[in-house]
Amino acid sequence: MTISRFSAAAVLAAAVAAASGAALAQGDPKVLRIVPHSNLSILDPVWTTAYMSRNHGYMIYDTLFGTDEKAQIRPQMVEEWSASPDKRLWTFKLRKGLEFHDGRPVASEDVVASLARWGKRDAMGVALFTFVDRMDTPAPDTFRIFLREACGFLLEALGKPSSNVPFIMPKRVAETDAFKQIDDYTGSGPYIFKRDEFKPGDKAVYVKNPKYVPRKEPPSGTAGGKHAYVERVEWNLALRDAQAQVNALQKGEVDIIESLAFEHYETVKKDPALQLPNFDILGLQFMARFNHLHKPFDNPAVRRAVAAAFAQEPFLKAQVGVKELYNTCASMFTCGTPYASSAGSDIQSKSNMKKAQELLKASGYDGTPIVIMKPTDLVTITKLPDVATQLLRQAGFKVDLQAMDWQTLVGRRAKKDPPDKGGWHMFLTAWQAHDIWNPIPNAALDTRGEASGWFGWGKDDRIVELRNQFMRETDEAKKKKLAEAIQARAFEVATHVPLGEYRSPMAARKNIAGFFVSNGNLYWNLKKN
Amino acid sequence: MYSFLARRLLATIPVLLVVAVLVFLLLRLTPGDPAAILAGDAASTEQIARIRASLGLDRPILVQFGIWFGNLLSGDLGESFYYKQRVTDLIGQRLEPTVSLAAFTILIAVLVSVPLGVAAAWRFGGWFDRMLMGFSVLGFSVPVFVLAYILIWFVSLKLGLLPVQGYQRLADGFWPYFRHLILPSVTLSVIYIALIARVTRASVLEALGEDYIRTARAKGLPELRVVVRHALANAAVPIVTVIGIGVALLIGGVVVTESVYAIPGLGRLTVDAVLARDFPTIQGVILFFSFVYVLVNLLVDLSYVFLDPRIRY
Repeated sequence: MTISRFSAAAVLAAAVAAASGAALAQGDPKVLRIVPHSNLSILDPVWTTAYMSRNHGYMIYDTLFGTDEKAQIRPQMVEEWSASPDKRLWTFKLRKGLEFHDGRPVASEDVVASLARWGKRDAMGVALFTFVDRMDTPAPDTFRIFLREACGFLLEALGKPSSNVPFIMPKRVAETDAFKQIDDYTGSGPYIFKRDEFKPGDKAVYVKNPKYVPRKEPPSGTAGGKHAYVERVEWNLALRDAQAQVNALQKGEVDIIESLAFEHYETVKKDPALQLPNFDILGLQFMARFNHLHKPFDNPAVRRAVAAAFAQEPFLKAQVGVKELYNTCASMFTCGTPYASSAGSDIQSKSNMKKAQELLKASGYDGTPIVIMKPTDLVTITKLPDVATQLLRQAGFKVDLQAMDWQTLVGRRAKKDPPDKGGWHMFLTAWQAHDIWNPIPNAALDTRGEASGWFGWGKDDRIVELRNQFMRETDEAKKKKLAEAIQARAFEVATHVPLGEYRSPMAARKNIAGFFVSNGNLYWNLKKN
Repeated sequence: MYSFLARRLLATIPVLLVVAVLVFLLLRLTPGDPAAILAGDAASTEQIARIRASLGLDRPILVQFGIWFGNLLSGDLGESFYYKQRVTDLIGQRLEPTVSLAAFTILIAVLVSVPLGVAAAWRFGGWFDRMLMGFSVLGFSVPVFVLAYILIWFVSLKLGLLPVQGYQRLADGFWPYFRHLILPSVTLSVIYIALIARVTRASVLEALGEDYIRTARAKGLPELRVVVRHALANAAVPIVTVIGIGVALLIGGVVVTESVYAIPGLGRLTVDAVLARDFPTIQGVILFFSFVYVLVNLLVDLSYVFLDPRIRY
């Protein structure tokens, strides 16, 4: 009797488990469950350049302009705009129906305050505000930017798609010190952040903003209509294990994996219940960065020898592996974007190991061991330093490959100390297309030496001069010529070495539709069938 | 007894003090800059320096320690650099998953391992004993993540019985809460089953050789009563010690299991904090773990009094 009761209970439990498992697999059509590429910790996308914070920003904030899939600037919150003939006075009118999540209409004073804060943090914003004389708000829906002199990248800056994005926040929030994080996450974007449900390291929840008025144009990049077709978007911040992510996707416990590990690409491709949406046609670019402050990389001739040794294919093959996900690219600006060219790239693209050895011999390299920092825990770039080490040794360098976790690397690369006293010679990283497709945000081309921002502190007055000209140039054809000149000079002095491009695949269940070419992780327009 | 309790509680203070000082100093000696991590990839050195100043990390270490320790004395573990939340709140959020996982794991482990260990000792040298010892070696040797992937593949993906990942809070209902904990607890319990079963076997085996067991048998007591009431009861002290250590280890964070099953517990919080060099959070959780260790050890010591009347404090 006891045994039969026990058996019955076990069968019942199994049936309930199976039934609830099936229900779970089906999922709620109103809830989109996403596994982002990392943890969300900082909720102020202007305070940090972290991509997760940027993606969070796109969920809840709107922007004045967007950048479409072809890298063209399109209006977003702005309805119409005009520039004076001398291009020093710009007038913008906001479109109707813009409203913050707290019900207050978006006003021009919110825009001015937001731009002012962004202009203190973002590299392109800082550059823009060297031109800005003042801003004013002649009407609640109109703001003006007065420039001291004509500037060739005003709209590009306002429509900047990647970190730091000039998101529009309420004035009371935007008046927060630019070096302090905000603690009010009221936006006017397509989703509302559920602060009460946010659990760092566990989940972030966004609900549809019912009052959001999307543009009429189809979505493209960060531009076009931002339609929220699901009621709720949940970011699963706890699911970090790559295999566990795929398991959860196959079981239907999540709908989208934002960044699928390369080793699972074929598994997902073969699964009839899953898809690999083509959302990112530009991808990311690998880069080797020198420390220009110390021997031997204070010598451009040595850096050129490295450029000659660094053929892109070995890096791409080792790190990405899946042929359809990578391509070589001779440009320092993302291939497929307006300023991409092969200007000056022969030193790398038409070179070989013999040439690298000759260049190194002629450079006067004294045998200083090259300290390369290898991040062991960042799977998207961890193999690059191994390839670099092998190629450098073949070229005749002595190499000291030092393994560490990524966060140690991040801290160490900010140090200007000599490599034998805790500094470094080289690290390898990856940049999203949006961050490097233009000479202004491309941090590796900021060659103001120690005064310049980015780690490595390259110094070259000629590039500085060309970038200044680029900033002032308003003619697109001339801007392209200047971008080519900047790149040619950058290859000549080897500011850094581009190592090819790749696309980080996204995986989704087949019942998710509405993917568009966003060149980023944007979650509007998606439907769950 | 009460004076023992008071002495032990007082003894936790210097232990926690030493831990606090050591953790604080070790973190400052560890490579990595929280400000650089917070600022993001494209931040300039100037921006990083400003963030460092805003976090107070540009001050002398002694000053930093003084501020932190002052706050600690008033029960304030500080605010996470990363999450901008009180460390006590973060620990509070992560406590339920970890305690639940630990509780289910230990429950499964004890329910399975103690009878197995007793049976193996009772049938010492027989096939069951040898099989159990073989299993325990296997239980120690198989990495937790391998076992987790096998269980997920079979139970969740093939049979579709249980979820592959995630955690549901108890407040959301007992069944969702329970079914999300079954696989992680079973996975994690294997190593503890192996450990406790071995200790139980050895301990009961030793007790079975004692004179009082021979006497009990000579009196004609049933074998089950001899083994359970006399042998197991007298062998309980080492078993409870091992279980206590197991509880403390589990509360201290089971990183791999939490990662594979996406459970937002204290283990993941600790790893995330270490990777982000989130000093206040690391300091807070390590102090908390130390406190748990001390507390569990105290409880284990106290339990000896009930398990063995010969022990007096």
